[in-house]
Amino acid sequence: MTAGTAAGSPRLSRRRRLTFFLLFIVGLVALWEGTKLLGGDPYRIDGEVVWTPPIDIGMASDVNMPHFWVIFERLFKPLTSGAEQTLAGYLFDQALYTLRSAFIGFTLGGLLGIGLAVAFVHFGLIERAFVPYVVASQTIPIIALAPLIVYLVGQNVTSVVIVATYLSFFPVTIAMLRGLRSPDPRALELMRSYAASRRAVLWKLRFPASLPYLMTALKITATASIVGAIVGEGSGSLQAGLGRALVFFSQQYTVAPEKLWGAILFSSAVGIVCFGLVRLVELRVVRARPGEEPG
Amino acid sequence: MTANAPGAPVVRLTGVSKAFGATGSSSTTPTVALSNISLDIQRGEFVSLIGPSGCGKSTLLRLVGDLTEPTGGTVQVNGKPAGQARLDRDYGMVFQSPTLFDWRTVEENVRLPLELFGYDNAARAERTSEMLELVRLTDFARHRPYQLSGGMQQRVAIARALAFSPSLLLMDEPFGALDEMTRERMNSEVLSIWARTGITVIFVTHSIPEAVFLSSRVAVMSARPGRITRVVDVDLPRPRGLETRESTAYFSFITEVREALRAGQGTETDLASVERTAAEGLIG
Repeated sequence: MTAGTAAGSPRLSRRRRLTFFLLFIVGLVALWEGTKLLGGDPYRIDGEVVWTPPIDIGMASDVNMPHFWVIFERLFKPLTSGAEQTLAGYLFDQALYTLRSAFIGFTLGGLLGIGLAVAFVHFGLIERAFVPYVVASQTIPIIALAPLIVYLVGQNVTSVVIVATYLSFFPVTIAMLRGLRSPDPRALELMRSYAASRRAVLWKLRFPASLPYLMTALKITATASIVGAIVGEGSGSLQAGLGRALVFFSQQYTVAPEKLWGAILFSSAVGIVCFGLVRLVELRVVRARPGEEPG
Repeated sequence: MTANAPGAPVVRLTGVSKAFGATGSSSTTPTVALSNISLDIQRGEFVSLIGPSGCGKSTLLRLVGDLTEPTGGTVQVNGKPAGQARLDRDYGMVFQSPTLFDWRTVEENVRLPLELFGYDNAARAERTSEMLELVRLTDFARHRPYQLSGGMQQRVAIARALAFSPSLLLMDEPFGALDEMTRERMNSEVLSIWARTGITVIFVTHSIPEAVFLSSRVAVMSARPGRITRVVDVDLPRPRGLETRESTAYFSFITEVREALRAGQGTETDLASVERTAAEGLIG
């Protein structure tokens, strides 16, 4: 009866969840700085060594793992010396640019996935004919496919949107197919006893039953579409977007590692925010079920 | 719903057979679920189908409701083939599981067929509240199915089945999953609904007391192949209540049905084992 979406215990109050999130961030920072304290480069204040870590962990050097405060400070300094825009301001603009492509890809991928699933459920022949190709399409690494798409479509936003769509439609197709097939056979017989049309069965039974499945898939594609957009931007050598920032800053890594880390922070923040937005929609759209919040 | 000659049966089964796995191939022997069943059910009757698991009583009900098709014979409902009757929305169905849509509230569940049949908003609201009153769930209109007990959920399913005033109510072991106390209460409830609506009911059960208490006629079935071995007329006075369950006439009808079951079944040990399996659940 229930189609659970395991997203942690909802009885946990919002405040406690926020606390856990903050504790997680603090723990991450502590782990990061702890590693540096043990095996990083010597600590200096005004050029004078104040602490020499007892062991040498190459990975924990200031180039590979800059201190988190260095990364944060860098965010609020000008992008390049003399530039008016701060690094954070620049990354914010690029994130918006990437979000636009990702959102279009997310939407197109979602619609494509829903459309395919509906077609598969209603026409067994189409399902048998297409599903192998849908699956096969996902075995091609995006790294291999993205340059090909750029080559075919050109170095523009369209190719970025296509890559984001490509990464989005598959989870939605599979989850929707499962969701549309989730109704109990008795429920389908009930609709049959009402002489309900296929369309009525779809709207009154299959779609509502598939909503929890769809929302789970959309949480996956919320982040996948961003990854797709970033990869697309990188492969297409676009002049904007987080993909561009990541490629650009990785070239400057040995000189200014904080910039790349800043771009990584922004990329993951965008992913978390999008995931959270879908979760908010889910809470509104999917009515509480047994085992979840009481109605 | 349909105007046919007075006295014409609501349901007429003529030489109905059903075999599974018989699709053309002669290599596999088909399982004969039902063999040569004939039965007339009159308007306003309450007919129970009783028999051991595997006797095809659920299949027979599904044939009447056009959820499956016979391999032989004809099923006429309101003077039409069963398929046409289904398209004309002559059936209300209640299954063993309530089969409520858990994303809908109680009243939205009852409203479902009304939405499908194009009732306008006013008619929907009126019928829904009437039905909820009928099953005494008015106070739970805005609840979600999972907040209700099993018996209450099944009452919602009954309200939903009756919402569009079908001429025939098909019930497939509706109370099989309920405890004995709840089941007895639900039996009285169904009888009062039946008395108030005058609807024709076909009721599948494997409980002898339930069949006798509810029915105007009990069709006793046997397995392998499934057929009706006897039809017992239960002319206990109505309205039936607690006194009915304690009357000697009631017990003699129970004995009669039990003996009819046993006669169709063969030896005592067979019946005992059949009752055990029957108690474990229905056969699909």
